[in-house]
Amino acid sequence: MAVQQLETGYPEAEALQRQISQRHRRGLRWRWLFQLSTIVGIVALLALLYNILNQSFGLVAVQNTVDPRVLLEGAKTAVLPGADTAETLADLPKETLVAILAEHISTGLGRRLERDQRFFADQFAFEDPALFAEVCAGAEPPAGCTLEPRDQNNVYELLLERVVAPDVVQSWSLVDSVFRRGAIEEQLRTDYPTAVLEFRSWITADFIVSPQSSTPEFAGVRTAILGSLWVVVITIVFSFPVGVGAAIYLEEYATDNRLNRLIQTNISNLAGVPSIIYGMLGLAIFVRAMETFTSGAALGVITDDTTANGRTILSAGLTLGLLILPLIIINAQEAIRAVPRSLRQAGFALGATQWQTIWHHVLPSAMPGILTGTILAISRAIGETAPLVVVGASTFITLDPSGPFSKFTTLPIQIYQWTARPQAEFRNIAAAAIVVLLILLLSLNATAVVMRNRYATKTA
Amino acid sequence: MNKNGEIAIEAREMDVYYAHFRAVKGINIKFPTRKITALIGPSGCGKSTVLRSFNRMNDLVLVARVQGEVLYRGNNIYGKDVDPVEIRRRIGMVFQKPNPFAKSIYENVAWGARINGYKGNMDELVESSLRQAALWDEVKDKLSQSGYSLSGGQQQRLCIARTIAVKPEIILMDEPTSALDPVATLRIEELIQELKQNYTIIIVTHNMQQAARASDYTAFFNMDEDRAGYLVEYNATNMLFTNPQNEMTEQYITGRFG
Repeated sequence: MAVQQLETGYPEAEALQRQISQRHRRGLRWRWLFQLSTIVGIVALLALLYNILNQSFGLVAVQNTVDPRVLLEGAKTAVLPGADTAETLADLPKETLVAILAEHISTGLGRRLERDQRFFADQFAFEDPALFAEVCAGAEPPAGCTLEPRDQNNVYELLLERVVAPDVVQSWSLVDSVFRRGAIEEQLRTDYPTAVLEFRSWITADFIVSPQSSTPEFAGVRTAILGSLWVVVITIVFSFPVGVGAAIYLEEYATDNRLNRLIQTNISNLAGVPSIIYGMLGLAIFVRAMETFTSGAALGVITDDTTANGRTILSAGLTLGLLILPLIIINAQEAIRAVPRSLRQAGFALGATQWQTIWHHVLPSAMPGILTGTILAISRAIGETAPLVVVGASTFITLDPSGPFSKFTTLPIQIYQWTARPQAEFRNIAAAAIVVLLILLLSLNATAVVMRNRYATKTA
Repeated sequence: MNKNGEIAIEAREMDVYYAHFRAVKGINIKFPTRKITALIGPSGCGKSTVLRSFNRMNDLVLVARVQGEVLYRGNNIYGKDVDPVEIRRRIGMVFQKPNPFAKSIYENVAWGARINGYKGNMDELVESSLRQAALWDEVKDKLSQSGYSLSGGQQQRLCIARTIAVKPEIILMDEPTSALDPVATLRIEELIQELKQNYTIIIVTHNMQQAARASDYTAFFNMDEDRAGYLVEYNATNMLFTNPQNEMTEQYITGRFG
């Protein structure tokens, strides 16, 4: 008996197979497309990393202004104490090093160095004793009047910096250094016969702990790291409570009226305002209008009010705080909205007030989401450059920021500055600074993620 | 002590509106003390709305408005100087889906007492509340574990324990077993029978068998052409199920609509 084919209106038999495989094929094409988007993203990220790491490591040709061997030979010829047994400059005793130094630098520079810190406790290498005593008795005695004298290592480093003065005459990228080593050596022999080729990582411990300098070999990001951290702390302290508070108000208390809808729309739009606009806002409000507060003058913190004016860490932090405030509000609102109504009802049904319900149940449940949003917002604040340029980040400071009323620079500002310099070596240290910035960003984020996860497991 | 036959709470000419929509109209009903009263009726007839009016949970819905009077201890709970916070402590509520707090089992029970300024021994209160909710033996060794670690039926009993802990007079239950399996449902029903000795219980249920087995009084609600709910018939449960006075009630309890 033949099976009777019912007219169902749907494809049957072969047509069904064809139709189903066609549907699968269509789905597969979309899947490829989505996979491709992910790959594009990963490739872009890898290109970024390649670019940065390629610049951060590589060969450099170092040429000494004065060869240390020449200095050592000179010392031996002059029969300075300790010279006959020394194999390198570092082996020489302090007196000999000072003598070599005195031979190669001007008396003026020597006096300045001696006023910073004396060479000997009992005698002077450059300075006139009477003059030194006079300066020390003056209104602003230099540091040398009170500091202990320099030790041998200090003098040796001074000699390296001032006399030997190693100078990077050319640098090569990591890829070139590895694959074109022969050509580089060839070039070195013809262009800089006296220079030494050495492999250098531009990210070193010295790079991280040294302040800014006008020579790339000695420049570091210490000031910028500290500046970034200070600014971010101010940003968090300002924007987190204000943002979460506003989110709580808008979600839990505000009634659905025209005014509140207007506020809500505005907050959403503020999140999209270009950051430079916030910079101008910060300049107008915090740097100019509120100068007495942001410079610390109102609190009597600074004595010399010409140093920073309003262009302080406080102004920068508040400006970035304003910048990320809409992000924090929107994210916190989403997190608070995601807390089930049943949890609020449970609180109310036990005779809790609205605040008790919010504080004990809504906020703890929303906190992981709030923290996620805050992490993203803070990451953005750390990377911001444009508003800080407008607010008045310092381009060249070597002094560590000492508090919210200090002048400041931040890592992105420093990177921006260095990339704008003509010397090639500044691009290397800019790349190194980018690596430092990324590491700082990742570690701050990791801290926040750990905090969030701890919160999530505690409340779940 | 309340004598038998005393009235725990009473609605007089109560209307509830959601914005311009009248959800419930002209409710007149008295709930006897220490009895279980079931509210039954087809979906959307306003049983839950009526229930939530008795501890002002409708206040949480911004557009909701209650007209008429709800008398509790002789006072209108919608009166001018009545604080809903106090009302809700005295008239507790258990919800459709178990909703424990994201805290430990102990804290779930203790929290309500703490925020209401309970001065007695907290450990004893937690234990006695959990015992009354027939949960103590199952959780006494894991009081510090999360409330979410319990099964659905246990969670619902935890919610009942937490309601008992603030020592209410009336417990409102909004379909407390609709999210539970039959075994867990039976345990809750037994528990409700136990609780009757100390509390007035008003329970909304979709399940007519539940109303028939577990309640002393039953109120049947229906809605009119404008979808406004109203009270059709209210009587002792055995009377209502065996000898309904209203034709609609009879049709509903025999399963011909709803």
